[in-house]
Amino acid sequence: MKLMTHKTLFATALVLAISACSDDNDDSTTSSQAYRISITNLTHAQPLSPPIAMLHDSTFNWWSIGDTASSALEMMAEGGDGSALLALAAKNPQHHDSDVLLPGSSTEFTLTMTEESHNRLSVSGMLVNTNDAFSGLNSAELESLLPGQNMVYYSNVYDAGTEMNSELAGTIPGPADGGSGFDAARDDVTSVVTLHGGVVSSDDGLATSALGDEHKFDNAALRIEVTAL
Amino acid sequence: MQKTLLAFAICATSIANVSAQDLTISITNLTHGSHFTPLLVAAHAADQHLFEAGMSASTNLQAMAEGGDTSGLINDLNGVSADISDNPAAGLMTPGQSVSFDLMTQSANTHISVVAMVLPTNDGFVGLDAMHIPTAVGTYTYYLDAYDAGTEANDEIINGAGAPGAAGIPADPLGEGGTGATGVTSTESNMHVHVHRGVLGDTNATGGSSDLDSRVHRWLNPVARLVIQVK
Repeated sequence: MKLMTHKTLFATALVLAISACSDDNDDSTTSSQAYRISITNLTHAQPLSPPIAMLHDSTFNWWSIGDTASSALEMMAEGGDGSALLALAAKNPQHHDSDVLLPGSSTEFTLTMTEESHNRLSVSGMLVNTNDAFSGLNSAELESLLPGQNMVYYSNVYDAGTEMNSELAGTIPGPADGGSGFDAARDDVTSVVTLHGGVVSSDDGLATSALGDEHKFDNAALRIEVTAL
Repeated sequence: MQKTLLAFAICATSIANVSAQDLTISITNLTHGSHFTPLLVAAHAADQHLFEAGMSASTNLQAMAEGGDTSGLINDLNGVSADISDNPAAGLMTPGQSVSFDLMTQSANTHISVVAMVLPTNDGFVGLDAMHIPTAVGTYTYYLDAYDAGTEANDEIINGAGAPGAAGIPADPLGEGGTGATGVTSTESNMHVHVHRGVLGDTNATGGSSDLDSRVHRWLNPVARLVIQVK
């Protein structure tokens, strides 16, 4: 289990909140365990592209800090289309929300295990008023979550490392710009997945930015609650 | 802080009856455009500190934060029988880079500290101050923030200066820095160690107020991930 001390809590991505076991359920998970997943967009004005979620085993990752982004991740991070990430493991339990998740809004859905080894959860979506920022959950362990228990995660914002954070008009697909999304060309100064440094915006000194102060964000960007049903 | 280290050295064995530990430690630079200078990781007694938020930096912390020089802090730690991992990544850590290494700790050394300068900054560093090392077998993940040593004005001028007290930033290893900046500020109003407010930057490569690039060198906390595996 991942833990965090109070000393680092204010900057952190992960908070645990495990409630008592419900009397109505068995105290163990099975290979058909269902999980309710609720995602809340915590940003001020960064709609999240239709979020995707998947159950998978411990060998699978959509991304890793320090690794080069896959083309599928690039498509999601630059253009908000998570289809290719889901297609990487098309037979796994998965969900693709039909709508953009607006700031301050929540969405909720259920995923049900089909194989006991699929005890990890990943979630992702693009912050659409950026060049290639995304947030989500990277292979969160579910095995310690017993029926009736829930866990809350606060997700940081990542940079896919596939597109320079120019903030130029025409490069940002969200409503702040209406520019282009995915472009296979890679021109970032750091070409691996990292955390995001935030957007600068025209109101904070980047005169050529298509973004304003309202598009700035800080960690965390998403609240993700997972409940074992 | 050197004073603190020495002062508490004598009572270090009175803390707790904890066994020596065999740890595997992994540290990741999470930033998008900043390097870490050589890491210093140490296990030590509970009351020892390489730095403390809200306190003045020691001269040895200042040397680390302004120029990446950990030699003084290592001398301090050796003086109190700390268990040290010096420069485990063998040099600078690039954005996104991880390093994994083992650390054997003596029973009195129940707490862990981590420091490395964040480059390019004037006196910014990633830090963890004397956190209790878990004793139960398991894998523990923590996220670390960037601190400001409070010893140098954050002028954001890249001029090669890394010596304690010398104004300016030693270098930008990413090669995205500019020249000719006039300076963001010439004062440092908080002279205690504090959470770094971040860098400003601009997009004028040959002038402006900052030699940093606002699109490249800014960060949001956390800046590092620390994973401790207790075996």
